[in-house]
Amino acid sequence: MNKFTKGLGACMTAMIVASGALADPADDTLVINDEIEIVTRTAAPAHLSDALDEVMSGWLFRGAETRDMERDDFDNAGMIFVEKAEDAWNTADGSAGKSCADCHGESTEMAGVRPVYPKYVEAAGEVRTLEMQINDCRENRMGAEKWKYTGGDMVNMTALISSVSRGMPVNITTDGPAQSTWEQGKEIYYTRFGQLELSCANCHEDNYGNMIRADHLSQGQINGFPTYRLKNAKLNSAHARFKGCVRDTRAETFNPGSPEFVALEMYVGSRGNGLSVEGPSVRN
Amino acid sequence: MRVSIYALVASVAVTTSAFAAEIEPTAVSYNDGAVEMSLTGVAGNPEEGAKIVGSKKLGNCVACHEVSALPDIAFQGMIGPALDGAGDRWSEAELRGIVANAKIMFEGTMMPSFYKDTGYIRPGKAYTGKAADDTLGPLLSAQQIEDVVAYLATLKD
Ligand code: HEC
Ligand code: HEC
Repeated sequence: MNKFTKGLGACMTAMIVASGALADPADDTLVINDEIEIVTRTAAPAHLSDALDEVMSGWLFRGAETRDMERDDFDNAGMIFVEKAEDAWNTADGSAGKSCADCHGESTEMAGVRPVYPKYVEAAGEVRTLEMQINDCRENRMGAEKWKYTGGDMVNMTALISSVSRGMPVNITTDGPAQSTWEQGKEIYYTRFGQLELSCANCHEDNYGNMIRADHLSQGQINGFPTYRLKNAKLNSAHARFKGCVRDTRAETFNPGSPEFVALEMYVGSRGNGLSVEGPSVRN
Repeated sequence: MRVSIYALVASVAVTTSAFAAEIEPTAVSYNDGAVEMSLTGVAGNPEEGAKIVGSKKLGNCVACHEVSALPDIAFQGMIGPALDGAGDRWSEAELRGIVANAKIMFEGTMMPSFYKDTGYIRPGKAYTGKAADDTLGPLLSAQQIEDVVAYLATLKD
């Protein structure tokens, strides 16, 4: 590097720092509890290769303090809800007098489940999210009431099921019988909804790394869901997040659990194929 | 029934005459993305324009653009180019066209169209997430557009 380019580089750095807009993803690595290695950036899956080179977890776009909270389960407030779900896992409910554990054993038996959902469920003949499967068990095997799609009991249980797969790569199937749902989700991802006419891609594909007012835009990945948000001090499901983002385009939102959001979850999830399951994550 | 219909007609007539000079969003004529004619015939107020540019509730232009002339506004975005010097780079007619409907000047741009009230996909009632009703209007009124244009014209390098 000659003197001139060095000088130029320094001057540009100074400009960026002065404007307070230093907004690249963090140069950092995540290992949870000193043992679970989390892949927070990796090559984009083949279906995305014309849009992105690399996919990145939202963790890389949060500040150092928020990132640190996810390194240890004692600092991750989301784990309190995982413990609550562990109790629910072992507690009988409904007319059949059964708990989740009665059929599935320890909650750790669920390792490997989160990374492949949503998926086409042969027996049901449809694409299902984890929430849909949980409610299917509750209704049809336990004789218990369905849980509200984004309610506390449900989000906590998805956090437990996610937590036992942390570190495993997201691996959502996009072809076969799931393909039409995936295509529908992709269509929604690129549609410019609402009075602001903004698509998911406008913010999370074209502008990740940039500041939109006070927010540092990430790729909008869902490998970290459910996320514990410091903003509302609870776990948030992916569909609740989708709803918030669509609302912010001054659009009429879709409902959590709707076919549109199931399809969108399948598509957005597949954009993170290769990233580690990270939920419950911590975000602001 | 008859009485209320008369009352309605009367009130519509009053509204129309008060804004007789105002150009409706669907009637704006764009020439290469620029709009020559004032939308209201009333000169824009740059001070009002500055408020609209900075306010989250109004234009919220700073969500995407930096404006060094508004140093009191924390957290300015970096989605679009900084607006510094916009008054040198663009004529008033071009600025009016960009603010009213930037998608004509910049095809496919992310910038919202601020003077448009039709053609949306699932428009909502502001930020409620509910469907829009028949009160849906453009993001900014005709006079607010003029105020913003007047403010942008003051941004010289
Ligand atoms: C107007 C800009 C905008 C649009 C449009 C938008 N989002 Fe977001 N989104 C944000 C902001 C700001 C955040 C918070 C910072 C971040 O994580 O990117 C966010 C966060 C997210 C997150 C959380 C990521 C994490 O790691 O916690 C997900 C998931 C997400 N968005 C998905 C979507 C989807 C899907 C769509 C389209 C239906 C969408 N967003 C549309 C602005 C937007
Ligand atoms: C969601 C993002 C967003 C918002 C909100 C937004 N803009 Fe923009 N604006 C852009 C982008 C992106 C461009 C660059 C045009 C392109 O796409 O090539 C732009 C371009 C411009 C330009 C031309 C800039 C130049 O110097 O070349 C002006 C002037 C402008 N915007 C003014 C405004 C004003 C005034 C408002 C608010 C009333 C506003 N913008 C709101 C994204 C935005």
